[in-house]
Amino acid sequence: MLLFLLRRIGVMFVTALCLTLVVFYLTNLPAKLETLAKTQAGSRMTDEEVARWIDRNGYGSPVLVRYGEWLGVLPGWVREADDGTVTGRCVALRDDPAAAGTRCGLLQGEWGFSTRFRDEVASVIGARLGATGLLMMWVLIVMVPMALLVGVLAGMREGSRTDRTLSTFAIATTATPEYVSGVLFIALLASSTVGLSPLLVSWGWIDGPVLFQGNARSALDTITLSNFTLPVLTIALYGMGYVARITRASMTEVMTQQYIRTARLKGVSFANIVLKHALRNALIAPFTVIMLQIPWLLNGVVISEVLFSYPGFGWTLYEAAVNNDIELLLASSVVAVIVVLVTQLMSDIGYVYLNPRIRIS
Amino acid sequence: MEPLSWLEILARAAQQLLPVWIALVVTFALSIRFKRKLGLYGKLFDSNVGMIGFAIVMFWLFTAFFADLIITHDPLAQVSRMRNVVPGTPLPRPDALYPYYLFGGDSLARDVFSRMVMGAREVLRIAPFAAMISFMIGISLGLPAGYFGGKLDTGLTFLANLVLAFPVILLFFLLVAPEIQDTLIPVVMAGVLFLVPILFATVLLNSRFFTQPAKRNLYVGIILVIGVWAYAGLVFDADPSGLWSMSPNLLNVFVAVVFVNAPTVFRIVRGITLDIKTRDYVAAAQTRGEGPWYIMLWEILPNARGPLIVDFCLRIGYTTILLGTLGFFGLGVSPESPDWGSTINAGRRLLTVYPHPALVPALSLMSLVLGLNLLADGLREESLKD
Repeated sequence: MLLFLLRRIGVMFVTALCLTLVVFYLTNLPAKLETLAKTQAGSRMTDEEVARWIDRNGYGSPVLVRYGEWLGVLPGWVREADDGTVTGRCVALRDDPAAAGTRCGLLQGEWGFSTRFRDEVASVIGARLGATGLLMMWVLIVMVPMALLVGVLAGMREGSRTDRTLSTFAIATTATPEYVSGVLFIALLASSTVGLSPLLVSWGWIDGPVLFQGNARSALDTITLSNFTLPVLTIALYGMGYVARITRASMTEVMTQQYIRTARLKGVSFANIVLKHALRNALIAPFTVIMLQIPWLLNGVVISEVLFSYPGFGWTLYEAAVNNDIELLLASSVVAVIVVLVTQLMSDIGYVYLNPRIRIS
Repeated sequence: MEPLSWLEILARAAQQLLPVWIALVVTFALSIRFKRKLGLYGKLFDSNVGMIGFAIVMFWLFTAFFADLIITHDPLAQVSRMRNVVPGTPLPRPDALYPYYLFGGDSLARDVFSRMVMGAREVLRIAPFAAMISFMIGISLGLPAGYFGGKLDTGLTFLANLVLAFPVILLFFLLVAPEIQDTLIPVVMAGVLFLVPILFATVLLNSRFFTQPAKRNLYVGIILVIGVWAYAGLVFDADPSGLWSMSPNLLNVFVAVVFVNAPTVFRIVRGITLDIKTRDYVAAAQTRGEGPWYIMLWEILPNARGPLIVDFCLRIGYTTILLGTLGFFGLGVSPESPDWGSTINAGRRLLTVYPHPALVPALSLMSLVLGLNLLADGLREESLKD
């Protein structure tokens, strides 16, 4: 088991290294650097000024060298101006001229500086991750029980009318990507001129102009039902269908097992069979899928946070990508990769614990 | 003129879609008449779910095909005083134009109905082909990985996992950008990705007919001529006849979507191959002395077709969603493009006041993907019945 863990963590490191190298290369293409220079220092720069800006801000050295600097295995760049002031990667990061020429990268705990938010990457990412953590927590709280309920109800009597209805519902949710369901929700529930809200207002059922808000920015201060429901539902709905279908498949398989038939012949009531005999075994597969679903939710998080302008991790990723904020984008991809790989690892380990028949050798 | 009521709008939209209804009726009548002779496709008509899914998919396919007949206005033309108008509004001065905006106008005073119809063409021009190329790549790499195992398998699986560990949206932002189009990256990636289908077809035919050189030379020759012709046109935009060509924009989008999809297909094919290679008929072929590529392509692949066909339908749907995501973030499409993703994106700014410009493409995209998913479900059910 320990060996397995060590090997998985080793693979994780190699994957993360390869991925960050790809991101680094693609964000440091000459054309992208030019765009960055123009957004940072004025869009009317001549080619010569752009070249000077790139050189002055330390983007001039070869990509691999700068990747090493970012990782912290090579000393950061140093540049001495004509009047004797020293600038450099570490000088800017640590705010200390003496730090010039030392190593300051990921290994030293320095995540770099965000050109978009003009702040330390670590503090930007930290704050946004907290906001997204809350969002994800509510998404999971809504999604998992709903998906399991739908799956179990559909799977306990295969082919029944309940099964047909719930399966179709599950298929429909997998066909509704976040940008579609988000738009539908806003038009239906968060508009003061169309949808349900004007109707409810005229009946006097709600106080405000709309039932739910289409903008979740206020959720940063206080989370209320009104500002958080739509983003959470939008993400949860798309992920739900898939988990529900896996649960249903797993449940139908368990219900055909010998021990279920034995229990039935013994005269155990149907509710007891489902709750005590079938459920535990049927939930092994969905557990794995739920863990693997978390990285997929990241897509939904980006779309939903952009759509509802909720400044979390997804929104930050979007802003960083649009503005080619290299170090913020790298940090975001590191976080995203860690989420993907850790959830994979957890699903493997959880699978072994839930299913004693499987042993990792 | 009076604005149309909802019933009139629906009636007129249905009338515009007349070619689609005729084509649908003909398809269904012929298919149900001959369903016993049509194999898996025929059996689809025994399942209600499959039939509904098939009908939705064919609806959009025919809509895309007959788009020129269906549209009421030029999808890019702007008519003054028709900005954000509600569905069924008459034109102030119709002259020779169609007198109504059936599904209303968007924020640039263009006809939402015509843009929806042309959007179907945009989506269906890319999604099935991107899914097909992803499948060929996934199959060409997944079969040997599963069959030979060993170092090849380890390496390819690591690469696939690497791509899958990328958040899709980050990959899109990195790969689909105007700056990237100026570099060689899309061309190189397309060069590698499009080479695989040609190799696949060549090896497929060669492994089958290498004992009959005359036939082999003919078939492989035809494939190579067509393949190289299409390859030159698609990758280097160097087709003299102009039949095969892709704008740099489109090529960029295509490559990114294939790149995201192929690793998943690879994993599925590899898994199925690992299962099937232990079967007796594979052992029989090995004893006969067949080559590894013959066994992979003519023994294992045909027996893996059930799950692969089902996944193909799902994959087209997923590709449609990915294309919508690209459009939603304004990546890789021209701002005027009527594709559904960018129309949703354009409509979401005024969503709470004028929902129809975003709702129409949103519902269209949803119904197409739902149709594909139902079709896949029906196919799965019917293929399990044997």
